[in-house]
Amino acid sequence: MTVDVPGIPATEEPLPLASPVEPTRPEVHLTPRQWARKNLFPTPVASVLTVVLGLALAYGLYRLAWFALVSSDWEIVRANLRRFMMGSYPLDQAWRLWAALYLATATAGLFSGAITANARQQAEAAGRPLERPGRWSWLRRYWPALLAVGVILSQTRTWGPLLATVGAGLLLAGSRWLGLRLPVLARHLAVGLLVVVIVGYTLIAGSGGERYSLADAVQLLLIAGAVLASTRSLGRQPIRFAVLALIVVAVLVVQLTSGEGVGWTDWQGLLLTVAVTIVGIVLSFPFGVVVALGRRSSLPVLRSLSVGYIELIRGVPLVALLFVGQYVIPLLFPNTVEPPSSLARALIVIVLFEAAYVAETVRGGLQSISRGQREAAQALGLSPWKITRLIVLPQALRAVIPAMVGQFISLFKDTSLLQIIGFLELLEVAENAASQPRFLGQGLHTVTFAFAALIYWAGSYTMSRESRRLEGRLGVGERR
Amino acid sequence: MAAVVFNVRVLRVAGQVAAIVVLLLVAAYLADNYRANIADRNARTGWGFLDEPTGFNIAFEPDFGPGQPVREALRVGVVNTAASAVVGIALATVLGVAVGVLRLSNSWVARKASTLYVEVIRNVPVLLVILFLYAGLLTLPTIQEARQIDGLAVISNRAIAVMSPVAGDNLGLYLAVVAAGALAAFAVSAWRTRVSNATGAPDRRGVWSGGLFLAVAVGGYYALGSPITWSHPEAEGLGVTGGFSLNIPYVAITLALAIYHGSHIAEIVRGSVQAVPYGQTEAATAIGLSEIQRLRFVVLPQAFRIAVPPTINQYLSLIKNTSLGIAVAYSDVASLGFRLVGSSRAPALQMAFVLMAIYLTFSLLTSFFLNILNRRLQLVER
Repeated sequence: MTVDVPGIPATEEPLPLASPVEPTRPEVHLTPRQWARKNLFPTPVASVLTVVLGLALAYGLYRLAWFALVSSDWEIVRANLRRFMMGSYPLDQAWRLWAALYLATATAGLFSGAITANARQQAEAAGRPLERPGRWSWLRRYWPALLAVGVILSQTRTWGPLLATVGAGLLLAGSRWLGLRLPVLARHLAVGLLVVVIVGYTLIAGSGGERYSLADAVQLLLIAGAVLASTRSLGRQPIRFAVLALIVVAVLVVQLTSGEGVGWTDWQGLLLTVAVTIVGIVLSFPFGVVVALGRRSSLPVLRSLSVGYIELIRGVPLVALLFVGQYVIPLLFPNTVEPPSSLARALIVIVLFEAAYVAETVRGGLQSISRGQREAAQALGLSPWKITRLIVLPQALRAVIPAMVGQFISLFKDTSLLQIIGFLELLEVAENAASQPRFLGQGLHTVTFAFAALIYWAGSYTMSRESRRLEGRLGVGERR
Repeated sequence: MAAVVFNVRVLRVAGQVAAIVVLLLVAAYLADNYRANIADRNARTGWGFLDEPTGFNIAFEPDFGPGQPVREALRVGVVNTAASAVVGIALATVLGVAVGVLRLSNSWVARKASTLYVEVIRNVPVLLVILFLYAGLLTLPTIQEARQIDGLAVISNRAIAVMSPVAGDNLGLYLAVVAAGALAAFAVSAWRTRVSNATGAPDRRGVWSGGLFLAVAVGGYYALGSPITWSHPEAEGLGVTGGFSLNIPYVAITLALAIYHGSHIAEIVRGSVQAVPYGQTEAATAIGLSEIQRLRFVVLPQAFRIAVPPTINQYLSLIKNTSLGIAVAYSDVASLGFRLVGSSRAPALQMAFVLMAIYLTFSLLTSFFLNILNRRLQLVER
């Protein structure tokens, strides 16, 4: 790429290099016999391992299949499925959940299409060969999640959820089709996701009767974040900015005036798990970035405060902080105001906790930016703040995307700790279901735990596969 | 004036002073609220609670009574936390290394089986692993109808006990003999090395020194007339007498943590071995090293260096995860602390400080010693 800088002649085209010969492996076709020899019995030790572990694995899989298909009565899951998914969320309001799900699906389709189209455009412009995944590659990529959805749907008693899910699938395909034609959208990913979080949250929570509560404060924070984030991607396009602002305002008005819906304090089950994960990451992210910048700052006071904060939080288990937070946080609020609800307290702790980990992740990204970038920016006369905002942070944050997905996964799993302080999240629903009078004492814990485990596993395994893919795409974390 | 105000150095100092002032103001505000709230609710505060009685028994701690002070309960908790952390770390390491090696095995079945374990366990919450294992252990027979394996072991859903060695006559003398045997074995090993270096004959250190040590240990055992005797466990009432007994909550939390963190360590082991550049293996092959030698002298030492820092992180996180003992009624320090706060025997804020101090001490001690190890392992470059 040539850059025109006034006063300096344009740099010459780089000398054409001999394109390196890509070493291609000769394709080897093995007969089944040869394959077995190479992969099952290459050495005596490996042969023993093959036989012993093969038997153990076969027995284990047999027992698992027996457990899943024959010996267990899944009636307990069927009877409690709604609890698992949405706890005691009122049934006549369930449309809110579906609407939020449809919103999320449509957005996911739009952005995944836009990102793919964008990548194709760039590849074409750079003359790189286009990667065209096979028609069914999505099946290979998302099979854990699809498996879980299939299992969940198999436990429903009515056709409604199945039809609604098929609708969501169609919506996904349709919005992806649309997204593929709108590659411009890819640039507004952050804003788009934030808007979805806000609108989705508003949809699900409604106004919940309690006004100007901490729930509203959370929402205001989210909106402030969206506006801040949008200044960069929409800043020079006042019309789009106005549209965004209109959406946000409309949502707020609807929320504050409708006077119906469910406050977030009643959220349970998978809904609570997912909500806490998303809100926790979204809120802790900006805080974590600030702490990471503080840790890399040249001001000793700022630096030591950040280091102290990070080390203090990272040295203490989350469950201890959660527990203590339930008791201590109300004592720190002035006694003239209503103390925050139990979920708000838990969220405060989770955000403070995650921020320390996000900070360490982001620090890794900051450290990976070579000093030359900063020096070059200084040479161009940028102010320190501009260097950080325009040069360092964008590159650093891009480099930590896979690590942030990892952080998201670990928070998704850690929300199970809410069980210990008495929230009915997914794991506690599983624990409780087996203690219902109807199912008590039949040793059904294994069944409900297995069901919860499937959901946790499908969620975090799908995400971790995606993050590995992303890592390969972005070319970070390569060693060899 | 402007020169002073906009001087970068002045600004830096002023900014930091302002940060400190803001922080102190916030702290003062919170402290003020705290005091007002405490006064309002007539809640307890201060550090006097450490010497007051706890008012409860601790399961599986027969020596602890309700009259004993909070301080003592916390001590019991710290010991329990350490017990499950140390054993958990040892088990997780063994399991993780074994599975990590299997993931690199040239047997397809071994690779698939270990991948299955790692990808399943790594992707579920640790609390789920703990509760699942605990639910499984609770299906063991009750203590009244415990499975007794002829004095070797007692298995029940309250405790698992195996027979254990106890000191017999002449134990001190026997230990001295064994120590002398070990010394002699070292001397023989050194002598064989010298002979081998001088003559080029195979050293056979293992055979010589190992044989000598075994001979001394076994011979001494019989010559001194059984210096070690065995204590056999037996179910009695609601407990087990004799033998080495582990209560089920302890087994559940320790084993579950080992299984969970073992899967993470396995990933670290696999990743670090694969991170050693392939050229190293090729070079080792080129100078004629055998497969075992390649691993022993070229690949593993380098992989070990890469693996140590993330493994330290796993150890630290395992130590912190022992606090999940509360889910299975294990009396680790966090769950005792929660119990004390829950039963209003301790003020929450002070207990928070105590728990933070304890866990920070655990974490800092562990990372201090392991980082010394790490520093000694890392390459010193220029």
